[in-house]
Amino acid sequence: MSDTQVDAGKRRFLLLATGAAGGVAAAGVVLPFVGSMLPSAKAKAAGAPVEVDVSKLEPGAQLTVEWRGKPVWVVRRTPEMVAQLDKLGDKLSDPGSDAPQQPDYCKNKTRSLKPEYLVVVGVCTHLGCSPTFRADAGAADLGGDWPGGYYCPCHGSRFDLAGRVFKNVPAPVNLVVPPHQFVSDTVLLVGADGKEA
Amino acid sequence: MSRIEALQGWIDARFPLTSMWKEHIAEYYAPKNFNFWYYFGSLALLVLVMQILTGIFLTMNYKPDAASAFASVEYIMRDVSWGWLIRYMHSTGASMFFVVVYLHMFRGLMYGSFRAPRELVWVVGVVIYLALMAEAFMGYLLPWGQMSFWGAQVIVNLFSAVPFIGPDLSLWIRGDYVVSDATLNRFFAFHVIALPIVLLGLVVVHIIALHEVGSNNPDGVDIKKLKDSKTGRPLDGIPFHPYYTVKDMVGATVFLIVFSAIVFFAPEMGGYFLEANNFIPADPLKTPEHIAPVWYFTPFYSVLRAVPPMFGSQFPGVAVMGAAVLILFAVPWLDRSPVRSIRYRGPLFKRALAVFIVAFVVLGYLGIKPTGVWGIMPEGIPLLGGAPVATVAAQLCTLIYFAFFLAMPWYTARDTYKPVPERVTA
Repeated sequence: MSDTQVDAGKRRFLLLATGAAGGVAAAGVVLPFVGSMLPSAKAKAAGAPVEVDVSKLEPGAQLTVEWRGKPVWVVRRTPEMVAQLDKLGDKLSDPGSDAPQQPDYCKNKTRSLKPEYLVVVGVCTHLGCSPTFRADAGAADLGGDWPGGYYCPCHGSRFDLAGRVFKNVPAPVNLVVPPHQFVSDTVLLVGADGKEA
Repeated sequence: MSRIEALQGWIDARFPLTSMWKEHIAEYYAPKNFNFWYYFGSLALLVLVMQILTGIFLTMNYKPDAASAFASVEYIMRDVSWGWLIRYMHSTGASMFFVVVYLHMFRGLMYGSFRAPRELVWVVGVVIYLALMAEAFMGYLLPWGQMSFWGAQVIVNLFSAVPFIGPDLSLWIRGDYVVSDATLNRFFAFHVIALPIVLLGLVVVHIIALHEVGSNNPDGVDIKKLKDSKTGRPLDGIPFHPYYTVKDMVGATVFLIVFSAIVFFAPEMGGYFLEANNFIPADPLKTPEHIAPVWYFTPFYSVLRAVPPMFGSQFPGVAVMGAAVLILFAVPWLDRSPVRSIRYRGPLFKRALAVFIVAFVVLGYLGIKPTGVWGIMPEGIPLLGGAPVATVAAQLCTLIYFAFFLAMPWYTARDTYKPVPERVTA
């Protein structure tokens, strides 16, 4: 053995073959570890749809429910609030809701199934804070021309009462409208479309 | 031969104890002109050891569980004997770690310690800084207060701004649709096991690289050029032990006096080291009135806020913030000056460094405050009218921050320089 000539080509081949096989095995072992960090079955189950009874909601008031650990707001808009939405066009960055931030059935003027009820995920599209409900139109601290809507305390983003974002604020797009449906006149199901449920 | 010497010989035949001691401590020749700024390397090591020790004792009572984490920290503060001291040492240690590390990095910039042949010392140092940021960020989630929760929410959402893979990436980091128990548990694992191991390994690499090339000094003079013809030791070098071990002990003593004063009299540091909102348990449905990261992240947070969303995405802000940290890696190759130390550099570099420091501090200050802190620009100013003054200031400071680095090849090549002496100065 000690006298035989070294076959460099064979050595290189064996080295590469061993390295490649070992690399594939290592990558295969990494997968379960990376996968273990994905949401568990329990976390996914906790993300199931939520039923909301809106029968006791006063006009102009908001209630918050938890869906997938996020706040979801349901606002019962007054007719004045709904009328106000039409006048804001040039102050908003996406008045027509062109960005896909809502299911297709909510791509309308009020971003809702029924004009009266707004359903949005209460998480700012900037960096995930939860904006404050400021229905008090004309509030002095938000500038006298405040039409009522949402104000994010983190970085000052503003949204109207359809969750549409104003121009010149940090948030780039409108608030997300989650998939939802009315199972009766006063009971909402958040987290599931009519199609799926 | 005494018994001690015999034992030493027995070990040395099996493990390079004496030779390692000589190479890194007793016969490591450091320049004799180290000044005040050279305390911060050893102090960083001291704080690292303190953080590990206090951290071990905190884990004995802390519960990494969303339902009981907040209460377990209060339990440590109120019921565990000396728990308050250990917890305050750890929380104060986190902020002091960054104080020391920022001063250590500034020393490097001032005296050109990143220049050849010390590029890898600098690069490894920047990796340590990155690991330290991750360590601090994940540790801040553990008390499960309002700031813990919403700070983590904001930072993890930064990743969801990455094009295409963003939402899945942030979901993977959280392990849930929101920051939750799963997130807390994995951050605990990273904070107490993964990152400390990485940090310790990197510190060893940092020191080995440093001892291979030798320490720089305030004059930027290469002390290895002139050696004693008989002993081969640098003429301007003195052994690390006892000279610098004793000097660093003085530094450590002064540092510990300051450290103790903070721990005992101002552990929250007026809300800068421990934010008031973090004494409220995390509430995923209610964002605090004003969210700000802890002070050591605020310069980069300001950069993030200064960049407006583009193309309906806030990814540009995230990318610019990332670039603000990563650009530090390039410093050894951006500097074209023929000298290392600021002592022999000309007015261009000195002014650039001064303006850079002012911009960095202003960014840090603005990151703590809401964007409305300085009011609104008067209407009628082209482009800027109506924008918050603080946002415009942060944008200006962000430009200065990047200009300091990106224009460095230009101004360091055109600067005037003083001749560097052969030997270090007294």
